[in-house]
Amino acid sequence: MNVPAELKRISETIWELPVSHKEGMLVPARIVASEKLIHEMDAGVFEQVSNVATLPGIQRYAYCMPDGHWGYGFPIGGVAAMDPGSGVISPGGIGFDINCGMRLVLTNLTAEQVQPKLHQLIDRLFARIPTGVGCQGFIKMKSDDFRSVVQQGSRWCLKNGFATQNDLDMTEEGGCFPGANASDISQKAVERGYNQLGTLGSGNHYCEVQVVQPQNIIDQDLADAFGLTTVPNQVVIMFHCGSRGFGHQVATDYLKLFLSVMERKYGIKIVDRELACAPFHSPEGQAYFSAMKCAVNMAFANRQVILHRIREVFSDLFHASPDELGMRMVYDVAHNTAKLERHLVNSSRKELLVHRKGSTRAFGPGMPGLPECYQKTGQPVIIGGSMETGSYLLAGMSTGGDAWFTTAHGSGRTMSRHEAKKNFRGDKLQRDMEQRGIYVRTDSFGGLAEEAGAAYKNIDEVVEATELAGLSKRVARLVPIGNIKG
Amino acid sequence: MPFEYRSDIAHADVAFDAWAPTLEELFGEAARATMEVMVENLAEVRPAQTLEVKLEQENEEMLLFDFLNELLFYKDARRLILLPGEIEISPSDGGLTVRATLLGEEIAPTRHEMRTDVKAVTMLRYKVERVAQGWRATVVLDV
Repeated sequence: MNVPAELKRISETIWELPVSHKEGMLVPARIVASEKLIHEMDAGVFEQVSNVATLPGIQRYAYCMPDGHWGYGFPIGGVAAMDPGSGVISPGGIGFDINCGMRLVLTNLTAEQVQPKLHQLIDRLFARIPTGVGCQGFIKMKSDDFRSVVQQGSRWCLKNGFATQNDLDMTEEGGCFPGANASDISQKAVERGYNQLGTLGSGNHYCEVQVVQPQNIIDQDLADAFGLTTVPNQVVIMFHCGSRGFGHQVATDYLKLFLSVMERKYGIKIVDRELACAPFHSPEGQAYFSAMKCAVNMAFANRQVILHRIREVFSDLFHASPDELGMRMVYDVAHNTAKLERHLVNSSRKELLVHRKGSTRAFGPGMPGLPECYQKTGQPVIIGGSMETGSYLLAGMSTGGDAWFTTAHGSGRTMSRHEAKKNFRGDKLQRDMEQRGIYVRTDSFGGLAEEAGAAYKNIDEVVEATELAGLSKRVARLVPIGNIKG
Repeated sequence: MPFEYRSDIAHADVAFDAWAPTLEELFGEAARATMEVMVENLAEVRPAQTLEVKLEQENEEMLLFDFLNELLFYKDARRLILLPGEIEISPSDGGLTVRATLLGEEIAPTRHEMRTDVKAVTMLRYKVERVAQGWRATVVLDV
């Protein structure tokens, strides 16, 4: 039992640690979870979410989502909004894989049409999308061109034939966070990332082919609005990846910079060095904000280029153009970002710097920033489950204001990678999954074992908790039939 | 055992303790522990390329932090799996300097069994300390 004695239950799925829980807490810490999930939380979640509550300028609550687990600095699943005037920006509230995120892409193919070619499809995706440690992208460029990529994000892809205008419209901020200045990134970061555009990576990054079975449609109207039900047993593609070595280096560079100035120059004392931060309006804070946006844009461009490749593979195999195959993007959601947004605080609208680490923006109906087609529905939210157990499409709700319109990002681990490798064998898991109708290709059986379904929380419980908390509403459950993993 | 992975610190990441009689050996063990997260069969890595690195930092902790990050940089920037050869650490004006020879080769998927990528060295529970037997480090890697 990890639950601290001071934890109070506020509602069925909201739990709170009061400011008296830890010296220095400025606001209460809240965790979204069912009774079962709260008792399964790592002790590290309670420690880390209450540490976040000590950061200067934090507003209302430090939050952790129901897929939360032990991270560094913030827990994975952490959310915190800072007053930009008095508050800080912290790389630990964003993560090393800046703008790691997910895309969901529709097709008008049915499972019955895809099944006979499933092995070919997965083999071709595996051959054409670079995966694994040290993989290199298929777009060769000079490091100077890469500086344009990180400033322009998906717009660079549109100019270079890797995107459609609709892809950009279905991506947060049109696939480019404005204000990304390449002069704020190190040459080391450029060198580490410029050959990785169009790569999936490894770990929990994957590209999955899924089926929308009619019995798994939970909200028919929203499913229709998101384009999920054009055919029965519709095949869709979900993929998860981020800013690769470039973003990792940006985060490392600024973590070091913040550690060197935080206390010495700004007199900020923190309880955990992974929460290193700087005042948002300091030169260091602004430089990191700009560099982080470069990494955000790299990740948008990375997912966009991969989407282009996925379209090529489908088009070749099914002898039809991507348009004819209905390969339209539902949405692109970002997991690891900080962004200036306007939210209601004490009945007035205020600009806040919202950190989301391993959590997803989930704007409700009518909110500015959503594409016109989602104004009535709220934002599509893509929740990747483990590769064995299925995923979800959700929609943002108008009741999510307390958590700054944020929801979960996945299942969340319950078992360490080391333990998972002791309990599962990758080659056996691959065979077992194939018998259950999921064909997996991987670069690493060790990596596959680490991602076994049993190493993750129950995705059904996680998404139900977000719905009961008024953060996101279930639209459909998506069942995997094929997966490529790094 | 010169290093040991720990399951009790971070679920999504990989933590290890490394220890050695000297600071130089500690750097070597921590580097091997980091590379072994990514490469199953480190013994198969050939010393086909040699790189000399020189890094300076104010103390042992930040020096090891930079040293491990250097390995991650070369893994992404040049696709190199590098292991430390000779390591020399000496006092300098700015604090401490490490001069090291790194030996290795480009990732060859046919020969190297790759595991999970390491994204970064984190500051979570990060510690480099003197102990009775020499030096000890606790490192959590983001994977």
